[in-house]
Amino acid sequence: MNHLPLIIQREYLTKVRNKSFIIMTFLSPLIFIGLISLVVYLTQLNKNQERTISILDETGKISEVFLTENAQKDEMTTYKLLTGITLEEAKKQVQETEEYGLLHIRQMASTEEIARQIKFYSEDSPSQKIISKLEAILSRKLTQETLLQNNVDIDVVKNSKMNVSIGQETFTGERTSKFINYSKLGFGFAAGYLLFMFIIIYGNMIMRSVIEEKTNRIIEIIISSVKPIQLLMGKIIGTSLAGITQFLMWIVFGGILLVIISFVFGIDLIGSQAAEQQALLAQQGADVNFQVQITELINSLPIVNLLAAFFIFFIGGYLLYSSLYAAIGAAVDNETDTQQFMMPILMPLILAVYVGGFTVLDDPHGTVATVFSYIPFTSPVVMLMRIPFGVPIWEQLISILLLYVTFVGTVWFASKIYRVGILMYGKKPSYKEIFKWLKY
Amino acid sequence: MSSILQAKDVVKKYGDYTALNNVSIDVPKGSIFGLLGPNGAGKTSLIRIINQITAPDSGQVLLDGEPLQQFHIKDIGYMPEERGLYKSMKVGEQALYLAQLKGLSKKEARARLKYWFEKFEISDWWNKKIQELSKGMAQKIQFVVTVLHQPKLLIFDEPFSGFDPINANRIKDEILQLRDEGATVIFSTHRMESVEELCDHIALIHKSNKVLDGKLTDVKRQYKSNTYQVGIGAADNLQLRSMLNEKFDVTDADFKSINDDLKVNIQLKNGDTANDLLSFLTSKGQVNHFVEVIPSVNDIFIQTVENNN
Repeated sequence: MNHLPLIIQREYLTKVRNKSFIIMTFLSPLIFIGLISLVVYLTQLNKNQERTISILDETGKISEVFLTENAQKDEMTTYKLLTGITLEEAKKQVQETEEYGLLHIRQMASTEEIARQIKFYSEDSPSQKIISKLEAILSRKLTQETLLQNNVDIDVVKNSKMNVSIGQETFTGERTSKFINYSKLGFGFAAGYLLFMFIIIYGNMIMRSVIEEKTNRIIEIIISSVKPIQLLMGKIIGTSLAGITQFLMWIVFGGILLVIISFVFGIDLIGSQAAEQQALLAQQGADVNFQVQITELINSLPIVNLLAAFFIFFIGGYLLYSSLYAAIGAAVDNETDTQQFMMPILMPLILAVYVGGFTVLDDPHGTVATVFSYIPFTSPVVMLMRIPFGVPIWEQLISILLLYVTFVGTVWFASKIYRVGILMYGKKPSYKEIFKWLKY
Repeated sequence: MSSILQAKDVVKKYGDYTALNNVSIDVPKGSIFGLLGPNGAGKTSLIRIINQITAPDSGQVLLDGEPLQQFHIKDIGYMPEERGLYKSMKVGEQALYLAQLKGLSKKEARARLKYWFEKFEISDWWNKKIQELSKGMAQKIQFVVTVLHQPKLLIFDEPFSGFDPINANRIKDEILQLRDEGATVIFSTHRMESVEELCDHIALIHKSNKVLDGKLTDVKRQYKSNTYQVGIGAADNLQLRSMLNEKFDVTDADFKSINDDLKVNIQLKNGDTANDLLSFLTSKGQVNHFVEVIPSVNDIFIQTVENNN
């Protein structure tokens, strides 16, 4: 008799109808979006703070750079030039008017010495962002001054500055670049973290579900009707489906909320991020044509393979880890006893994300990365990180096979523990004890 | 009478501990079979093997002459001693689920549940959650779920614990009726009075071994000590007592009587019959009370267990 569909149905419905499950399904996106909005709002609040910086320039020729268009681009900062007063007077004045700070440029024999003697006085520690900005402006100006003193034509220097970005191409004509490689790795990281989150959130749910029969003492009745492996399999699948339902709800509901908030409060949650990133890239001096890069990235990714692999490895990895949670649930009879078994479960996952990340970046097809992409406990993360760089299909298939066989093996192992574990109420299991149970 | 269940030389070990040591039992069709034994004797281990929760290390269990297999699950109804239901599930839904696990179709299960719920007058519980019910109420649901799929063999482990006397009686009547309708019942209990009342066959397990089994009347016959409880009135009761002491093993007895009699238990010596005793007694006085002492299941239980310690 195959009761699997029946068990899956019960597990799913029980989870989905549970009050706290329903509440969390709707509350979590609210809390999450609320937090993001708060963070974004607070950052903008910080940025919007207007500040005045006074400049006491003893040389009389450096400070003019702050009045040029380039320096004035940041509307939040106003520069004020002080003349004809001493440093002490200037300090006192800035303090009294509660300005942001005082930039002091001392007159020295050479531009080199001037650069070394520049100081910034302020009430509290100044924002590093402001300091960096001042430093950038000053060093550009002082470089120019030095060049002028040495009779060098600035335009010649400007025009002779070369940016190098090595174009990468495989022998088969596949083009890559640093940006594309990082994006590929980013995809792997994203997938890995998603899996990680999913396991942490829903793994516990499966564990509790396995303990449920024991706390309700219905276990002997159930176990005299169905085989433990069927029960565990049903629980894992049913709970996973409930988890996926909740996750999808979060995405849909969260997406809607995000749009509403963006419109109502005019906070550009997504835009500001993208713009900042683009600016960052531009700042790094790489002569990036963003649009072209994106197209190249998409063209270079094995999209179909990637999506298929994502689903297969994500589901496989999730099932494998949830079967481990189920095994823990099978071994104990209340939740407080589960702590000692938690760490060993999460270790390989954390290992996969970090070690996988470093080695794949170093060499996507190196020994370490390859080995880790076969080991079932790390393969869902590491293989997903490797696939964007091109992994032969047969390698992927072996890895998938190993993953799913291990999953079934773990469920079998869990059901073995379950069969014995149920019959011993109130006995706290040790690893040694569990090993003994396997032989029964 | 053919057997519905036969266990042959069943051995079950947990590590170094032997829970069942070559235990064989034979449960006749249509009987109410009492599986007795002190705590930890191995009763539950045996029941779990019959329910295929665990497998025996060696030996065989036959149901209706066939070795136990997965599909036999639907032929057995089991109410364990450690019992419960899903607390947050509704009564009706839960009963349907458990019935379907036993192989009933949803429709069939619903129809039968309707019958039982009406019989027990609990129809309005259908949409309640188990956690809203009292323990006794939940036990009733449990009983219904156990018998719903009309199994050939019913196994009850301490079925009356948790019931008040009225409901215990109710359940007892239901069990008897199920027996009359053709089911066989295995009973595991410490309550000897219910064994006395219900069982026609018993087996006693002690320290992992079966120490006694058979038809209840046969067992009793085997354990009787040819002792008679006598109330006799004579001119001089003391003199009569010393006379009896010479001829038989006599001990004091205590029973209710309206006569001022000598009350004794008299055990026959080898070769003597009840008639010999009676004719001797009638020659000495007025016999008002003469009953054979039949050992109770309780006596047999205690005696056997002590003998085997």
